[in-house]
Amino acid sequence: MADDKERGGTEIAVAEYHKKIKEAFEVFDHEANNTVDVREIGTIIRSLGCCPSEGELHDLIAEVEEEEPTGYIRFEKFLPVMTEVLLERRYRPSPEDTLLRAFEVLDPSKRGFLTKEELIKYMTEEGEPFSQEEMEEMLSAAIDPESNSIYYKDYIAMMVVDDS
Amino acid sequence: MGSGTSTQHHFAFQNAEKAFRAATLIQRWYRRYAARLEMRRHCTWRIFQSIEYAGQQDQVKLHDFFSYLVDHFTPSSNHERDFLNRMFTEKTFPQDAEMEKLSDYESIEVPDSYTGPRLSFPLLPDHATALVEAFRLKQQLHARYVLNLLHETRKHLVQLPNINRVSTCYSEEVTVCGDLHGQLDDLIFIFYKNGLPSPEKAYVFNGDFVDRGKDSVEILMVLFAFMLVYPKEFHLNRGNHEDYMVNLRYGFTKEVMHKYKIHGKKILKILQDVFCWLPLATLVDEKVLILHGGVSDMTDLELLAKLDRHKIVSTLRRKTRKENGKPATTQEKATPPSCAGRPTPWFLPQSRSLPASPLRLVSCGAPRAGRSSSIPCSGPADAEELARRVRRSGDLELDRGRQQAGFPGSRAQGEPLLVTPEADSDADEPPEPTPEEWKQVVDILWSDPMAQEGCKANTVRGGGCYFGPNVTEQLLQKYNLQFLIRSHECKPEGYEFCHSRKVLTIFSASNYYEVGSNRGAYVKLGPALTPYIVQYQANKATHMLTMRQRISRVEESALRSLREKLFAHSSHLLGEFKKHDADKTGFISLSDWAEAVESVLRLGLPWRMLRPQLVSSSMDNTLEYKSWLEGLAKEQLSHENIQSSLLETLYRNRSNLETIFRIIDSDHSGFISLDEFRQTWKLFSSHMNIDITDDCVCDLARSIDFNKDGHIDINEFLEAFRLVEQSCTEGDASDCPQATNTNDSGCSKPGTP
Repeated sequence: MADDKERGGTEIAVAEYHKKIKEAFEVFDHEANNTVDVREIGTIIRSLGCCPSEGELHDLIAEVEEEEPTGYIRFEKFLPVMTEVLLERRYRPSPEDTLLRAFEVLDPSKRGFLTKEELIKYMTEEGEPFSQEEMEEMLSAAIDPESNSIYYKDYIAMMVVDDS
Repeated sequence: MGSGTSTQHHFAFQNAEKAFRAATLIQRWYRRYAARLEMRRHCTWRIFQSIEYAGQQDQVKLHDFFSYLVDHFTPSSNHERDFLNRMFTEKTFPQDAEMEKLSDYESIEVPDSYTGPRLSFPLLPDHATALVEAFRLKQQLHARYVLNLLHETRKHLVQLPNINRVSTCYSEEVTVCGDLHGQLDDLIFIFYKNGLPSPEKAYVFNGDFVDRGKDSVEILMVLFAFMLVYPKEFHLNRGNHEDYMVNLRYGFTKEVMHKYKIHGKKILKILQDVFCWLPLATLVDEKVLILHGGVSDMTDLELLAKLDRHKIVSTLRRKTRKENGKPATTQEKATPPSCAGRPTPWFLPQSRSLPASPLRLVSCGAPRAGRSSSIPCSGPADAEELARRVRRSGDLELDRGRQQAGFPGSRAQGEPLLVTPEADSDADEPPEPTPEEWKQVVDILWSDPMAQEGCKANTVRGGGCYFGPNVTEQLLQKYNLQFLIRSHECKPEGYEFCHSRKVLTIFSASNYYEVGSNRGAYVKLGPALTPYIVQYQANKATHMLTMRQRISRVEESALRSLREKLFAHSSHLLGEFKKHDADKTGFISLSDWAEAVESVLRLGLPWRMLRPQLVSSSMDNTLEYKSWLEGLAKEQLSHENIQSSLLETLYRNRSNLETIFRIIDSDHSGFISLDEFRQTWKLFSSHMNIDITDDCVCDLARSIDFNKDGHIDINEFLEAFRLVEQSCTEGDASDCPQATNTNDSGCSKPGTP
């Protein structure tokens, strides 16, 4: 009985995931032909709650791309792969305090902020570097214009509110 | 080498690794955040677009309403007959003599106290520049000069061909601008950034100068002024909004009457004519075709160049008086007067082709000399008045024929008025457009490009078509063109290429949906005809905002509109929710919520993505739907004593209602009588199967008649339900009406237990 309920539960979950994935996909299906530009796949996957790294994203794209890449991803290929991702709860975002600790690693003297130059250096030289556009966007929202620094605790708090 | 250094290295390596990992985490996290913003931005755009296009389909619904009336409604009293007739007959279109009188601006006195610009003709470049400056300083041009300018504009337009030709040999560059929709700030910005028009700086404005924005009048004045000053270099194309019937609905008519209370009517009348005389397209160097909407697989530039564009008064309605241009006199006179040809509302879109039949008026108790007495009286027909109010849109020749034949005023009172179109007795007046000519023009003013190959009817707009890349290619090849520039569709970046860069959409009204919603753009062409695009956003405030803040603002506005729409469908929604709640628990799953909402609203929106912003409290993925609906209602209702369901119904139909009101208010006085309001509502609600009794409606009407004089100011009525946009109402803080108690017992309240 419990098994039945579980199975039924999973079926419902899958059906619900299918609908969510379809919705997100359709937002970018500009030509209404069940394809999206491969460059939008990252946005779609992330808006479905996942937080893959760029590397993980490339792997996913490879899974859903055509044999001969066309620059477009078809929904029929995307759906089953994405459903698996959601069912397996892959690429979950890190909780807020992990993020806070990450900032603190970059701020070992625990000042509570990073200077603009420091943030730029880390974001564009370390990890999976930002493009210039990404850097500018992050700065515009994060930076405190008077001190030219980023008070990361406030920044995190602000972004978390937006996200919920 | 020694253990010390290797430990140091070890630590250093660990630290570097930690930093790397920390950076990766932050970047990952940030990218997800940015992606979600991007998704929100796209969803917001979808909301605006779906609501905008759903509104356009209202026009089709209006037509259905009146068809329904024609089919099912038998006027049971002179009263009602008269009312119907008023909806179905037309205002007199003035003859030339009257037209001259209308543009008799010389008799209009300009008081000394007037500090605005004073124009004299022929216009000089300085005058045009002064106009721009004056409008920038929020001055208003006096009606006399408006009429004068329109008169001169018309004289000029009449000489122009259907397809303007511009050459980059003479002007070094040509700047093409798209839709402006009454947004003067954008026009001023374009002139500021790109320079004023001059012999070296040619401009083409690609239609849709008016409607929606609040300064359509001023935009027209500036555009016409520059056109008169630089006739060779300054060109205007007609858009689908340069159309008095569209203006009735989308705000331009309202704006004119609001700004020019005394002479507004005259201005509108002349404008009707001016709009018909606007050229249809512009060709640059015989290579780049500029037109407002698009093309179809039947587009024939030679036919377009030859036809009489003046015949096409409104692309929303084509009179099928004659199918083949032959005089219909013999046919129509043969029809017995008693047989009811279908009376055709003159102002409505003809999505179905109605049989060619003359307008028939039943003898009626028509009232009203002029509009001062708004309560219709059931006296005998005032034939003269009636005749004066009979008009077919665009059939100038019909009236002239009729007048010449001595019809109006020559009928005895009470006799049925048979309107028989005369043969084209007047050589000056051209016959009606043929169906083919009409379709050609509608296609170029209303069509949109699509990604798929082919050509299919544009069902969203109700006119024109969707044209695919092969249609574009075919046209370009046939006429040896390089590419097409069109407008008609709002784009987030102000422009968009499609069909392998053979079609460029250019849209110049920035912040069209909301501050921050989109950029505007214009395109410059030099002798090489390479398009060079300039984007802008005419609102300094948005530059200071971060992307996140911009998206939030626009998003909030879109969500507000969406919540309004949801509220307007509360009863239907409740019904749908209940279907998903068979056990009557009061709760439904969020998934069911999404399905129910889509099945009612049919906007094709990603409801699951939007849900967090629309449903604030849900536990365990379930929603208590009744309180959610109540929450929506609380936001919208400003007058507690007005029934929620009635309000909701009015909300849902507000655009239609407003349009109908404006049509009934045929002299644009801004008032309709209580009676008219009641009758309108009665007819409308019976069509929409709204179960609301007369008493409720009467009470509602009375409560809105603030000064109890038997008239309802249309704007006050709509304002009472917050239906009118802030920009067009002057002053606010209308006193809360001392409403009479609505008669609860007689009215049905769908949705209440």
